Amino acid sequence: MPDEVLDCRGQRCPLPVIAAARRMPEVPVGTVVRVLADDPAAAVDIPAWCRMRGQEFVAAITGPDGPAYDIRRAH
Amino acid sequence: MNASPVYLDAATAAPTHPVARQALLAALDDGWADPGKLYGQARRARQLLDAAREATAQTLGVRADELSFTSSGTTAAHGAVLGGLAGRRRVGPTLVHSAIEHSAVLHAAERHVAAGGVADPVPVDRLGRLDLSAWSDAVRAPGVALAALISASHEVGTVQPVAEAAAACAGAGVPLYVDAAQSVGRVPLPAGWSVLTASAHKWGGPSGVGLLAVRKGTRWESPWPADDREGGRTPGSVNLPAVVAAAASLRAAAADAAAEETRLAPLVDRIRARVAAEVPDVEVVGDPVLRLPHLVTFSCLYVDGEALLHALDRRGFAVSSGSSCTSSTLRPSHVLEAMGVLSHGNVRVSLHRETTEADVERFLAELPGIVAGLRAEAGVVGL
Ligand SMILES: Cc1ncc(COP(=O)(O)O)c(C=O)c1O
Repeated sequence: MPDEVLDCRGQRCPLPVIAAARRMPEVPVGTVVRVLADDPAAAVDIPAWCRMRGQEFVAAITGPDGPAYDIRRAH
Repeated sequence: MNASPVYLDAATAAPTHPVARQALLAALDDGWADPGKLYGQARRARQLLDAAREATAQTLGVRADELSFTSSGTTAAHGAVLGGLAGRRRVGPTLVHSAIEHSAVLHAAERHVAAGGVADPVPVDRLGRLDLSAWSDAVRAPGVALAALISASHEVGTVQPVAEAAAACAGAGVPLYVDAAQSVGRVPLPAGWSVLTASAHKWGGPSGVGLLAVRKGTRWESPWPADDREGGRTPGSVNLPAVVAAAASLRAAAADAAAEETRLAPLVDRIRARVAAEVPDVEVVGDPVLRLPHLVTFSCLYVDGEALLHALDRRGFAVSSGSSCTSSTLRPSHVLEAMGVLSHGNVRVSLHRETTEADVERFLAELPGIVAGLRAEAGVVGL
C-alpha cells in the first residue's frame, strides 16, 4: 500500500510528472507515493522520470480510481 | 516575429525538389491524357508513365512490373498489409509487426483484427531497435501470413535490423513487408523483403504519390475492388504529373543520397551532442549510431510538447513532436511508448537538402533559451 496519494486525475502530461517531482523530495526516503493520473502519457512518463531521477518505479496499477503509479523515494 | 524560417520537418514532407517542380510543370502540359487509351495524347501519357516506372524501379532495384504508383504512402502501406494477408489467408490469420510501425500499418492491422484476424506486435528496446529473438519466435509460430517491419523509425531514426529479420522470415517461409518511407532516396535499401512501400513527399517529390513494390512470386492479392490499372494492385487513375515528378526527384535524390548522408549525418550528431550537453534534463532518444542520417529526436523533462512547438514556431523553427498534446488522439506516440522513453516535451528534427549548417547552429543556439523560458513560465526550474 502507498504511504500517500497524489491525485492528478484530469491533468495532462507533464503535470502529473511535475506533481510527483515536487512531492518526492519532501517525503522521507523509502516512502511510496501513489500518483493517480488518467492521461495515458503518464504510463510512459512516470516510469521514464523515475529512471532519469534514479527513483524506484514500483508498479502501475489500475484500481477503483483508475490508472495509478507507485513510486518509492530511493534517495 | 521576424526570425527567418528554418524548416526542420523533412520526415513529414521534404521541401519540393527543384527537379520535381520542373517535371511536374512539364507533365501537366504533356501528361494529362488517360494513359490507357488508344490515341496520340494517351500514348504520350503512357510513355511518361512507363518511363517514370522504369526509372523508379531501377532506383529500388526491382522490375518495372513489380512496381505500382499509389495515391499516398498510407495507401501503399494499407495495400501492402491487407494484400499480403489476403494472399496467404489459407496459411493463417496472423500479422507479425514491430511495435513501432507507422500508424498506416497499425491501422491496417486494426482493420485485419476487426475482421477476425490476429496481430502480433513485437517489442523494441530502449533505443527503438527490434527485439530480434522475439521477432524470430513470432514469425516461426503457426499461422503467420505476413510480417511487417519499418526500415527505420520515422519518429526516432533507429535503423532496424531488416536483413536479420528477413533471414528469420525466410527460415519460416513468411513474406516480409518493409515500410521504407524514411529510407528511400536517402540510404541504401535493405535486402530480403517481398513487399516494399515508400512515399514521394519524403524525398522531395509531391505529396499524394506512394510506391508499392511486390516481388514476383509473392503471394499477394489486391484487397481493393477490382481495377486493372497499376498491375491490378491499386485502384484508380494515377496522378500522372505527380508520378512523373516523384520519379524525376527520386532519381535526383538517389544520385545525391551518399553525399547528402555525408553532409547531414554529422549535423545530426552535432544536434544529439549539443542538445544533450546544453539543455538540462533532456533525453536524446534513438540509437546513437545505427540511425537515419537526417532525423533526430529528444524529449525535454517537464515541458509541454505543444507549448514547445509553438515557442519554436514563433522563432521560425518548424519541427514535429510525438507528445500526446500534439496528436489528434491525445495519446503519446506509440513509438516512444514502446521504447519506454519520456514522451512529453518531445521534438523531432529532420533535415533535408536545403538545410544548412547555419540553420542547425541557429536552432542549437536558440533551443536552450526557449526550453528554459518554458520551464520558468511553468515554475519547474530546479525540480
Ligand atoms: C514510415 C512512414 N510510413 C508511411 C507514411 C505515410 O506516407 P504518406 O504521408 O504518403 O501517406 C509515412 C509518412 O507519414 C511514414 O513516415
